[in-house]
Amino acid sequence: MANFSTNEFKAGLKIMLDGEPCNILENELVKPGKGQAFSRVKIRKLISGKVIEKTFKSGDSVEGADVLDTELAYLYTDGEFWHFMNNETFEQIAADEKAVGENVKWLVENDTCTITLWNGAPIVVQPANFVELEITETDPGLKGDTAGTGGKPATLSSGAVIRVPLFVQTGEVVKVDTRSGEYVSRAQK
Amino acid sequence: MQADKWRPSASIEALKQRALVLQKIRQFFAIRDVLEVDTPSLSHATVTDEHLYSFSTQFNHPNTPQACTLYLQTSPEFAMKRLLSAGSGAIYQICKSFRNEEVGNFHNPEFTMLEWYRPRFDHLQLMSEIDELMQLILGCDTAERVTYQNVFKQHLGCDPLTSTLAEIQNLASQYGHAELAAKESNKDTLLMLLFSQHIEPQIGQDRPCFVLDFPASQAALAKISATNPLVAERFELYFQGIELANGFHELTDGAEQLKRFEQDNIKRKNVGLEMMPIDQNFIAAINAGLPACAGVALGIDRLLMLAFNCSSIDQVIAFENSRA
Repeated sequence: MANFSTNEFKAGLKIMLDGEPCNILENELVKPGKGQAFSRVKIRKLISGKVIEKTFKSGDSVEGADVLDTELAYLYTDGEFWHFMNNETFEQIAADEKAVGENVKWLVENDTCTITLWNGAPIVVQPANFVELEITETDPGLKGDTAGTGGKPATLSSGAVIRVPLFVQTGEVVKVDTRSGEYVSRAQK
Repeated sequence: MQADKWRPSASIEALKQRALVLQKIRQFFAIRDVLEVDTPSLSHATVTDEHLYSFSTQFNHPNTPQACTLYLQTSPEFAMKRLLSAGSGAIYQICKSFRNEEVGNFHNPEFTMLEWYRPRFDHLQLMSEIDELMQLILGCDTAERVTYQNVFKQHLGCDPLTSTLAEIQNLASQYGHAELAAKESNKDTLLMLLFSQHIEPQIGQDRPCFVLDFPASQAALAKISATNPLVAERFELYFQGIELANGFHELTDGAEQLKRFEQDNIKRKNVGLEMMPIDQNFIAAINAGLPACAGVALGIDRLLMLAFNCSSIDQVIAFENSRA
């Protein structure tokens, strides 16, 4: 993998740090009027998800990370691995529990997910921003109630628990924002 | 967004306020009988400092077969000191300065510099005058003053002047810079790292803060202190995390100045940078008799960022570089 000098640092560049692939979020030039320039970089470690700050001397270089985001459709899980397929090449990839992490609760069969590959292996599975899931269990609410009164918990077919308005019932399909875990609306039929 | 690229990066209101501040500055100097001057942006020679990158261009002189290289000035310092040597008396200038490889929230490759020189002042007297200007423009309290040595002791518990390279490396490691410290053998580089990352954000929060008596190894164009050879009579001004100004009790020894430029060029060569032509007119001017004086360069755009409470230099200049 190529090395990148600090003057190539920009948001989105993937580099290796402490043996872990990282994504640069921000790069700020620190340059005294008289003196050495530094790059103060905000970095997300892609495996641990940690965001850290790191300062490099201007002109120093670091190893790039062979990291690639790819759009794949979720197929199924065998309990140990979650299987995804490239809809164009029909190539399949299996992600382990560590890569899927918390996002397991937003995986919907046939939905497209963004899979981050490091040296060809999945390290992060990112669901679509919005998914539609069926409510498998929720208390019957009062008819005529409107959204925004606090709502009630509902369990979705994926196992996720979210808050929904009182008028939404078991068996209905709802649209959820996976970034916040919040109910958006009833699904459009 | 792309379609809006023709628009200024600053609001028209900010530009009106900017003009008012410039008026106030000019008035400040008019009542003190400091002369406004205007020196060239293009020069045959340039700065040798290994941390400054000049822009250069080719001048096609109509009567000369070969084009010659001209440099855009990184500050008007050399030309202004030539005026001082020629007997100008106290002078100031508000001009564009140009520095390659500098862009960010606090940097634009061309920026507006206020630079002034006071014959017979030392750096301490000049700091008092800067303080008055700060209070006039920013409405802030009078500035505090702290030595470089004490500010390091106070915030990082180490003496920057007497600590060894190994001790400073160790300190930098403790502050999360282990890899950088391990391969850095220049003590000043590590001091600059620690200062900019761990001291600058702490000082001058409520009122401007002058840091004075920089290490002699970071003297630039300042006199070395007659009482303490470890420090130079150089100061910097910080306010709310922004480095605003750099000033010197000016070096008036031409031979010493030439030696520092030559050493700069050796440092440049050692790190693989091109050596820069030394400004011999400047050296000659010092030798002809640069009067004892103090001088300071102050970033006008940053001053305006503080005055208008802006987080980016783009908001106080008409067209930041990507729109220029």
